[in-house]
Amino acid sequence: MTAIDVTPVGAAAPEHIPYEPPKAVRRGGTALLLVLLAVFPLVFTNPAVTSIGVFTMIFLVAACGWNIFSGYSGYISIGHAAFYGIGQYTVALLVLHLKVPAGWDTFALLPLAGLVAAVLAVPIGFLLLRVRKHTFIILTVAIMFILQLLAFNLTSWTNGSSGLELPFPTWTGSFFNEPFYYVGLAAAIVACAVSWWVRRSKYGLGLLSIRDDEDRARGLGIHTTRTKLIAYVMSAFFVGIAGGLYAPFVGSVYPQFGFDPNFDLAVAVLVFVGGIGTLSGPVVGTLLLIPLQQYFYLQFGNDNLFLIAYGVLFILILRLLPGGISPSITQLYRRVLVARQLRTTAPPGPPGASGAPGAPGITPATVTGAEGKEDTP
Amino acid sequence: MLVLQAIIDGVLVGGFYALMAGGLTLVFGVMDIVNFAQGILVVLGAYLSYALYAHLNIDPFLGLLITIPVMFVIGIAVYWSMIKPIKRDRVIMSLLTMFAVGTVVEGILDYIFTSNLVAIHTSYRDSSVQVGSLVFPNIYLYAFAMSVVLLGGVYYLLYRTRFGRSLRASMQNPTAARLVGINTDWVSAFTLGIGVGLAAAGGMVFGLTNSFDAASSYDLISRLLAIVIFGGFGSLSGALIASIVMLVIQDVVAVVWSATWGQTTFYLVLVLVLLLRPQGLLGRKAVRAQ
Repeated sequence: MTAIDVTPVGAAAPEHIPYEPPKAVRRGGTALLLVLLAVFPLVFTNPAVTSIGVFTMIFLVAACGWNIFSGYSGYISIGHAAFYGIGQYTVALLVLHLKVPAGWDTFALLPLAGLVAAVLAVPIGFLLLRVRKHTFIILTVAIMFILQLLAFNLTSWTNGSSGLELPFPTWTGSFFNEPFYYVGLAAAIVACAVSWWVRRSKYGLGLLSIRDDEDRARGLGIHTTRTKLIAYVMSAFFVGIAGGLYAPFVGSVYPQFGFDPNFDLAVAVLVFVGGIGTLSGPVVGTLLLIPLQQYFYLQFGNDNLFLIAYGVLFILILRLLPGGISPSITQLYRRVLVARQLRTTAPPGPPGASGAPGAPGITPATVTGAEGKEDTP
Repeated sequence: MLVLQAIIDGVLVGGFYALMAGGLTLVFGVMDIVNFAQGILVVLGAYLSYALYAHLNIDPFLGLLITIPVMFVIGIAVYWSMIKPIKRDRVIMSLLTMFAVGTVVEGILDYIFTSNLVAIHTSYRDSSVQVGSLVFPNIYLYAFAMSVVLLGGVYYLLYRTRFGRSLRASMQNPTAARLVGINTDWVSAFTLGIGVGLAAAGGMVFGLTNSFDAASSYDLISRLLAIVIFGGFGSLSGALIASIVMLVIQDVVAVVWSATWGQTTFYLVLVLVLLLRPQGLLGRKAVRAQ
């Protein structure tokens, strides 16, 4: 069993039924998705549509980055807007002070935005990771609000609530979104690649063990604080890049939109809907929800009805697919495989015979035991 | 003298913050859920009082006899329809669910009341009592008295009644509580009802003392969460002390330094406290992660 084939805790299912689709399907799916994403702005040239695409890419970077820490370590951060804001202000301040011309040059600042966020994440993470569970969740929010208040109050730097204006590139209207889209796509691919590497590396295994049982992981000799901190810094880097992409795209930075509590929850929601702690979860969640959310916003934005529509949709998804879309699909696929195997291996007998005796260990009881596992508090 | 006035203001305002934070911490203590919708529910309470006053001319304090029961029922309904069905990852799923509920409530409030700021203008809104050079705004005095009564009621309920005993038992050990025959579902439902009911009372005062719209909830929830962490999750007395400490710090800093730094200072104090005492002032010792 390789590192990537992680079985759910307590699963008593046979090993020869894989927990994920075959490699060919996964690779083909990834390639197809990449091609679709690459040609998307060439097919839909309407600026309104491509701007949805840009927002989707920004959130894709953020969601993949967020998942590296919160998904794999199990520490839910709903204060990553701290780094989103840091990324935005880094780019905005550099553009304004270094007089970077708007356009392609701005994108050169992106790694710097990520780097500043990552460097600041070291002391912040060190402070936050002293606590666990709920206190951690709430502390992340507190840190985010501290930074927001600082952005409001340090007026000599940030211009306070009046915000900073960034120069717009001189690209013409119909071409404006495409550069942002492709840079965003590239950043998202890097974020997903890092996420994939973490998921299958020995380091990532340590991170996952912290999610499952931190004390035991520590007992097994994992430097838990260091492991968590590295993941935290990595995720801050990508969220910072997302912020660095957002600021020049909308052309302004405000404390309440940089350090935005809605952003935090939006990212958490995306990953949860897609499937937290999985590689594909953030991608599925983002590609599904952000366009929908933007569509709702464009459609019902005037009367704030979009909030109701979005909230109801969110409740429905939480209710119907509590594990997330991606794990639900793989589970369904697996259930089909198991059922097929039960059918083929079961010797022909009286139809009333219960507990199909077939391959050892595969009885309906163990199968449902693996699927219907519940986390009791 | 200005500092003394600031301290008095802080204590008076801290009283009604304790109401809202108390609801949050109680719900957390019993159910392990972070009620992220508490901010918007406070605003909902404020809007209910506003609507009663503006359309039926019912005094906000009297209107509590209507709004608290209404919000109590809302809390119970939310528990049965939203929280109860959650089977796995309760902590984070309930947080997200409550966030979703909050989003829906925010959308509805925005739709009905639009995003214009409103305030409840009662006749006694701007009057005050003067003692020496100290000023006691009437509204804060009334609100403080109401908070004392309501929190006293909650304490009585918690420590002097059978229901309170079941509640504390569910707080300490839900499984054992269930084993001795406590219906923890109803205890949880009632607790959420009480928490949301307290939000109604806090919201009424919030509406009397501030101009508000649905978006005010973000500022509110961040303050409430900070108070609850500062006091220690699940501790009612902690929430009470933390509310007063927070508002006093904020008001004193506003006087001696500048108003814009008040809240930042409180958050910095919060971080310092957590460095020394991660479970908060009166919190229980952090338990094992799983």
